[in-house]
Amino acid sequence: MIPKKMLDILQIGTVDELFDDIPDEARIEGLDLPEGIGDIELERDVTRILARNRTMADIPTFLGGGVYRHYIPAVVGEILSRAEFYTAYTPYQAEASQGMLQALFEYQSMMAELTGLEAVNSSMYDWSTALGEAALMCHRIKPGKRFLIGRAVSPERKAVLKTYLAGIGASIKEIPFEKESGRIALQGLRGELSDDVFGLYLENPNYFGVLEEGVDEVSPLIGDIPFVIGANPLSLAILKPPSEYGADIVIGEGHHLGTNPNFGGPLLGIFATKKEHIRKMPGRIIGRTTDVTGKTAYCMTLQTREQHIRRDKATSNICTNEALMAVATVAYLASIGKKRLIEIASENIRKARRFAEKISSVKGYEAPVFRASHFNEFVMRSDTSVEGLSSRLLSKGVHGGIRLNKHFPDLGESMLLAVSELHSEEDFELFVSALEVKD
Amino acid sequence: MTYHQASFDEPLIFELDSETSCGDDILRDTPVPDRLRRNCLGIPDVPEREIMKHFVRLSQMNYSVDTGFYPLGSCTMKYNPKLNERIARLPSAELLHPDQDESTVQGALQIMHELERMLCEIGGVDAVTLQPAAGAHGEFTGMQLVRAYHEDRGEERRDILVPETAHGTNPASAAMAGFDVIELPSRNGRVDCEALRSVVGKNTAAMMLTNPNTLGLFEKDVLKIADILHNAGALLYYDGANMNAILGRTNPGRMNFDIVHFNLHKTFSTPHGGGGPGAGPIGVKKPLEPYLPVPRIVRRGDAFGFDYDRPKSIGKVRAYYGNFGVLLRAYVYIRSMGGNGLREVSDRAVANSNYLRKLLETKLDLPYPGTRMHEFVLSGDRLKEKGIRTLDLAKRLLDYGVHAPTIYFPLIVGEAIMIEPTETESVQTLDEFVGIIDKILSEDSETVKSAPHNTSVRRIDEVKAARELIMSYKMLLEKRKNEKGIGHGP
Repeated sequence: MIPKKMLDILQIGTVDELFDDIPDEARIEGLDLPEGIGDIELERDVTRILARNRTMADIPTFLGGGVYRHYIPAVVGEILSRAEFYTAYTPYQAEASQGMLQALFEYQSMMAELTGLEAVNSSMYDWSTALGEAALMCHRIKPGKRFLIGRAVSPERKAVLKTYLAGIGASIKEIPFEKESGRIALQGLRGELSDDVFGLYLENPNYFGVLEEGVDEVSPLIGDIPFVIGANPLSLAILKPPSEYGADIVIGEGHHLGTNPNFGGPLLGIFATKKEHIRKMPGRIIGRTTDVTGKTAYCMTLQTREQHIRRDKATSNICTNEALMAVATVAYLASIGKKRLIEIASENIRKARRFAEKISSVKGYEAPVFRASHFNEFVMRSDTSVEGLSSRLLSKGVHGGIRLNKHFPDLGESMLLAVSELHSEEDFELFVSALEVKD
Repeated sequence: MTYHQASFDEPLIFELDSETSCGDDILRDTPVPDRLRRNCLGIPDVPEREIMKHFVRLSQMNYSVDTGFYPLGSCTMKYNPKLNERIARLPSAELLHPDQDESTVQGALQIMHELERMLCEIGGVDAVTLQPAAGAHGEFTGMQLVRAYHEDRGEERRDILVPETAHGTNPASAAMAGFDVIELPSRNGRVDCEALRSVVGKNTAAMMLTNPNTLGLFEKDVLKIADILHNAGALLYYDGANMNAILGRTNPGRMNFDIVHFNLHKTFSTPHGGGGPGAGPIGVKKPLEPYLPVPRIVRRGDAFGFDYDRPKSIGKVRAYYGNFGVLLRAYVYIRSMGGNGLREVSDRAVANSNYLRKLLETKLDLPYPGTRMHEFVLSGDRLKEKGIRTLDLAKRLLDYGVHAPTIYFPLIVGEAIMIEPTETESVQTLDEFVGIIDKILSEDSETVKSAPHNTSVRRIDEVKAARELIMSYKMLLEKRKNEKGIGHGP
């Protein structure tokens, strides 16, 4: 109801008069939606609908491919629940938004440490759109018609890249991986290099969890072609920063450092680049400065690249991003800390190895399929249908990994399996016991 | 009204680490090939007690909707009911992997499917995709649909029209999707139909329009505008950023728009997260449905599933299906309000806006006088007589514990002050705001020009930030090293 005081001030009888500008032909009689319901009934009903899901906590789940479940320290949830953070808008009024700005500056700083690159934006939507934006940025650095990517890249990300490149009419060319090792085939890469190539994208670890051991040979090979690396930031706790092997841009998914998978969203797109490319970079950037009294302060900077200033000449259309996820990530990294982070990354590798060994001990299964060092996931191959195996696992209360036969038919009946520090020996046993049952 | 924001000399989290080790001792033994091994990691080790103190202090130096009034035009900073938060944080919502077997995510799919149907009704459209992550992302998706639609008809149309008052994302999204952008001048604050007629042609792919527009004026000629475009074979795109004004009164479908995006983090009450996450679903009329991103969420009997078999689809605009956590909050909100409740949302939003407009239009200037919808734009030109600018007024508002309006947008209003109170604010809050404006207008100009005084920091040197470009702790350390080097030079 509209307070009478308002109607009086506005000198109107009913609120309807405020809508007089809507032409009759464009009017509707209201919304054909059910009546609103009270909190008790609503909470009960939505909770009941959600209870139809089987969660990663209900059943051991070995899905990865860019989205992972890791342990989240309680302190992260407490920080994210601060309404001062989660109910704020973009920090346009910097003087009243120092908390968010400093937290985002700290996020940029953490990502700068992990990637080795100085300039980090304060987030993209997810890894896949960060890839799309990275490719467009490569095109601003070096014009061309073809964008090269490793074949061992997630099909989700490839699909999004294709959409992002449609606007500039560029094509994507895939570089094969070595059959034995799963690593990028340098010979294949050499054969694709030409003047019209405006960028190269590789993942390390790649989609199969394989570490690209020879990645330092890539940069000398491609010369001035912009080099983009996609990386799991957790792996960067123990792996050489991509800046050291010539990456111009580093992107990745960061949601698992502090937030749960949320059915694939919201996620957190990481985007870092060299200082020399910063004016070609998409997204918001927080800079450190001072106020008029000389006190340290933070604000959004280089806004002249952005849509609200440059309009159709902006480096990207992005406005709303994933700022709160970035806060989660900095809270996570701070609370886990350097030592524990290194331990967790190492533990993920060891666990994946042990799991692969267990699987390989079962007749009819091979894991890992690639002879290479892996991070937290690996490819398993089966003599029989993996679709059947997925159903059998589910009926035993285990969720298998991502089936690869559709997008990588040459790998045969195969599955991508991911582990984390949350998986127990019992989870592995349960999985392996389901393998042994033959139909 | 007195207000003082918390102010701490809070160091960076890196400076709370008392250890000097960079982890080289433990990195030596990590199970990775030597060629790829890291030998130093600059992530700090900080005790939990210090971390909590650090972030609570930071939060106290951050203004938010839960702190106070946030009349930021075009951003729809309404209060976000807490039930939405509690439900969205349930493990049965958060602990789902997007690649799980369909049979294990039926609850999530049901909610998404129902939300699509609700948005169809609200938008007056035939189909909705929940995939886009934000409003601008919805625009980008919409522009891909426009291209696919025309290409499917064997046409290559290059031009997207946007009014000069459009949100900056409109031209940016069109350009990113590969179109040429043509800005249309406006007439008396609205689209100039004559100017429109003169530019529309066989090269016009679509026009992007928000209605009410960014001045808060309803585009009365919207049906005529739609006809002009449709007669030329072009499409009409609805920027949903201002939808909070029209719920239950009209809808984009009825206004003959072909594509529409919804900002769930505005109209549908999901919190903004300090910049995100949001969600920007888009809805379309039937002829555009075949081009929507994959997968589509479909109902098969009693079960829900994904359909990837859509040969004309534009593909994917992001990984997976959308920002589920945000979608769920909006779903709870819509069910809580119901159809009539949503209509009341717009009634009150428009009433609040006009109430404030009426009380303020004599104190500052209102170009294009008359009734407004959910927001209005004042001009701060007359402030110059006092020797102050809109920016100063905005900064001074912060001193009284209210957020500043959107300023210097849209560009056609001099010294623009764009105010959107939203429906969740009380008459008392609006009256207080008017009182604060009065007070500021009577203050001496030096006090206003040197504002803010009561925030955690004083007015910030943004030019210095752009000149020095310190964007990370790493760069800060380098700068300090260089300065030291100069200081100790020969």
